[in-house]
Amino acid sequence: MADETRVAFRGGGYAPRRVAWASAATLIGLIALWQALASLGWVSTAFASSPVAIARALGQLGASGELWGHVSASLRRLAIGWVIGTASGLVVGVALGLYTLARSPGMAVVSALFPIPKIALVPLFIIWFGIGEGSKIVTLAFGVFFPTVINTLAGVDGVPRGLIRMAQSFNLRPWSILTKIVLPGALPAILSGFRITTSTAIILLVAAEMIGADRGIGAFVLQAGNLYDTDNLLAGIVVLSAIGLCVSWVLGRLERAWLRWR
Amino acid sequence: MSVSAGGAQRGVGQGGVGQGGVGLCVTGLHHAFGDLPVLDGLDFSVAPGEVTVIVGPSGCGKSTLLGILGGLVQPSRGKVTLQGTPAADCLNPLTFVFQDFALVPWRSVAGNVSLVLEDTPLSRKDRQTRVADMLALAGLSAFADAWPRQLSGGMRQRVGIARALAVRPAVLLMDEPLSALDAQTRGLLLEEFVGLIARTGATTVYVTHNLSEATRLGQQILVMGRRPGRVRAVLRIDTPLAARRADDPALQAVERSLWDLLRADAAEADRELSHGG
Repeated sequence: MADETRVAFRGGGYAPRRVAWASAATLIGLIALWQALASLGWVSTAFASSPVAIARALGQLGASGELWGHVSASLRRLAIGWVIGTASGLVVGVALGLYTLARSPGMAVVSALFPIPKIALVPLFIIWFGIGEGSKIVTLAFGVFFPTVINTLAGVDGVPRGLIRMAQSFNLRPWSILTKIVLPGALPAILSGFRITTSTAIILLVAAEMIGADRGIGAFVLQAGNLYDTDNLLAGIVVLSAIGLCVSWVLGRLERAWLRWR
Repeated sequence: MSVSAGGAQRGVGQGGVGQGGVGLCVTGLHHAFGDLPVLDGLDFSVAPGEVTVIVGPSGCGKSTLLGILGGLVQPSRGKVTLQGTPAADCLNPLTFVFQDFALVPWRSVAGNVSLVLEDTPLSRKDRQTRVADMLALAGLSAFADAWPRQLSGGMRQRVGIARALAVRPAVLLMDEPLSALDAQTRGLLLEEFVGLIARTGATTVYVTHNLSEATRLGQQILVMGRRPGRVRAVLRIDTPLAARRADDPALQAVERSLWDLLRADAAEADRELSHGG
């Protein structure tokens, strides 16, 4: 061959893979680094605590039963507030998605109220519902409600009209169209909304507990902060992080079980 | 409601009402999307037990017309009547087969067929039997538990057919059922349609822009002109479906005359900006 040039490969990259051990190793490495810096005295444990001290604090909190008291109070608020906000948000979202009569008035109200930082409403809710559980649960439910409405509406809008026409062409009843076409079709959007609303709910939970509560993880973290007790403060934050991870794991399982068809 | 059951004695264009068969009669049909006229005064009838093919250039309102025939689109003016009484076991007189299959992605193949029987008086056991029968008829028994996304286009449309036949339709409304498929699959499925249509004896309205499909299936062929759509010509082919051969000079002549009728309109339609629908 007189004149040949090899064709060079140029299609590589732009396709990152997941490497499970790298994720775990990074986290373990960072924690080890933190511990090392603390043990060497390069960072002050009074300000930043250390992984070992946090673990010890968690152990003591667990043994004394104090931890469970705070966690159970928080989980109860979280569950009740999230369920109320989600249930009402689903009903309103589906109604806005399906009915002309509901859509424009409903969207006006939702658009007007959605941007309000819900924390700002806590004092108002305390006036309305008292300093006890009522105001905290309402704050959570309120914060969960709006993103749920918006995600459900988007999900319902995204259901292919062709499927609804198909169902109508076979004379399926309206209830069947709702439960067998519209809701399953909106489910992916609804479930990804759950990821947003659960983290919103945890944020609002902690904020509401910091404003007026003596039990709950938010209250515990605030108290620890007032005492400059960074071990317990960060132990509370570890617990919050664990709750977030658990919720996210459960949602992942639900998605895998319910969206197998994708 | 634009689609209503009319008495069997009411005048039908040609053909009359056959034994238990159901025909359609279209009178003074007009339709517009907003200011844009789509259908402009259609009058025709679909004889019971026959295959009526509607051909026309893209955007001539064929699919809209089929939607009107099946009660999915409300016409601006005019009406469609069912001529005759559907058989006692008919669960959904006017039944569609869709171009994009319209399968429910979160239901298995069997679940898609079962779906259209779940709001009917059929018992659970009868329903399961019917689903199994229809899957067997369409050659889908091995795929009963598969998800639609796992199927090829041809298999998806077979599910569409099985679902349509499960309700024992009086009139099958087929909206370009092969247009989303590749040429080889199209050929295979077309021959299956011929067998199934002959077997069920359902009156069929078949919309297509493919002229060989039109001559393979059509007993009556309505040729529609460019938008606003009108019936420009009605052709009849009397050769029985089972006896038609692709190399039959008579059929080829029909196909050529269809192309002569449509060529200018098709070229015009190709140059036009889309108006949707």
